[in-house]
Amino acid sequence: MKVVVIDYGMGNLFSVRRALEVSGASDIEVTADPSRLAVADRVVLPGVGAFVDGMAGLNAGGFVAAIHAYVAHERPLLGICLGMQMLMDDSEEYGLTAGLGLIPGRVRAMARVGLCGARRKLPSIGWAGLRPGVSGWQGSVLADLAPGQPMYFLHSFHAEPAQAQHLLADYHYDGVPVTAAVRRGNVTGTQFHPEKSGPAGLSIVQAFLVG
Amino acid sequence: MPPRLIARLDIKGPNLIKGVQMEGLRVMGDPYDFARRYYEAGVDELLYVDIVASLYGRSKLTEVVARTARDVFVPMTVGGGIRSIDDVTALLRAGADKVAVNTAAVANPDLISQVAKRFGNQCMVLSIEAKAQAPGKWEVYTETGRERSGMDVVDWVQRGIDLGAGEVLVTSIDHEGMRKGYDIGLIAAVAAVAEVPVIASGGYGRTGDLAAALTAGADAVAVADALHYGRTTLAQLRAELGGAA
Repeated sequence: MKVVVIDYGMGNLFSVRRALEVSGASDIEVTADPSRLAVADRVVLPGVGAFVDGMAGLNAGGFVAAIHAYVAHERPLLGICLGMQMLMDDSEEYGLTAGLGLIPGRVRAMARVGLCGARRKLPSIGWAGLRPGVSGWQGSVLADLAPGQPMYFLHSFHAEPAQAQHLLADYHYDGVPVTAAVRRGNVTGTQFHPEKSGPAGLSIVQAFLVG
Repeated sequence: MPPRLIARLDIKGPNLIKGVQMEGLRVMGDPYDFARRYYEAGVDELLYVDIVASLYGRSKLTEVVARTARDVFVPMTVGGGIRSIDDVTALLRAGADKVAVNTAAVANPDLISQVAKRFGNQCMVLSIEAKAQAPGKWEVYTETGRERSGMDVVDWVQRGIDLGAGEVLVTSIDHEGMRKGYDIGLIAAVAAVAEVPVIASGGYGRTGDLAAALTAGADAVAVADALHYGRTTLAQLRAELGGAA
């Protein structure tokens, strides 16, 4: 099985690669060449940074059409953090920027106001327990996790899927739900970092490789 | 968010070291061994600080970070000698998730904005070394506690956040390695103006110190020599945090 990690200059690629290796992937290619997606069985879209820079990187690298072609062939794609946000239609970070449009919805700044009007700190940094979305998470990369399993988050913006069934999981930040994972068919995205969420996070990477 | 428990590893060259009030360094061993042990014991984050890098203007920290990232799958914040976007890029590519910047941010505050714009403010940790000047007054120090900056800590926290810092690491020079608890007044003063998470560092001594730091407004607590010397364990610290949260 060939796993391709997209290198568009925006990710913690080393940790993602190591997480794939210890999760059993033997043929991993980290590449800036979009034509490599044609021979991939799994694709990971990592990312740290601003949405506008991320999309500029994907566009400049010629990845947008390649990602759409890959997904159209019903093969699994995993977006992580910014990589997850770019799956959506657009983002309002530094002005409105179009995303990949693989999952309907928008990326928005998280509200500074928490439960009961109290101000809360941003970025949201730390370990928070996952809660299944309305459709549950059976058949997804989260299937083997118990509800409430903590994962590591580090973000100020979050995705708001237009359709509730695309919300795979959320978490509560000061009483307000925040999107933790999205899924539409073979496309999955996690706002949290599975490669930085200990053994439970690595089990998600493993599920992505096996599933 | 639940309070985070961070293991702080101060590095000199390839070694984990421990100082008292940022002086009197003692070599503890290979940082990888400690980092791996803390990961396996369930630490929330690791904090690497190269405490001599800023003195010599360069850091070998990237190698330590990359070696750790091979086998440690929790977030790493890395500081010491970071002067440019290229330095940040190298550390992130080696496996770091956040960078902590002190000396270069004081010398060139625009670096804070550059890092935040390029990598997001969640990546840019403003590292502050603080020394008490008078009751309720702390001064920012640079070069691992050696140089005075003339800046007030609370003013600098506000300015740093305005420039794009997404987290503040506040280390008390007075309390560092003294085992008498965190500088509660300092943490409270910083937390009062910080609309970003605050990491308290320097001074853990005994049960109750974590709770006091959290009550003062810290979102995360860093523990160094108490862990390295085995005076406490992550399980004990976790229990202490659980009782405080």
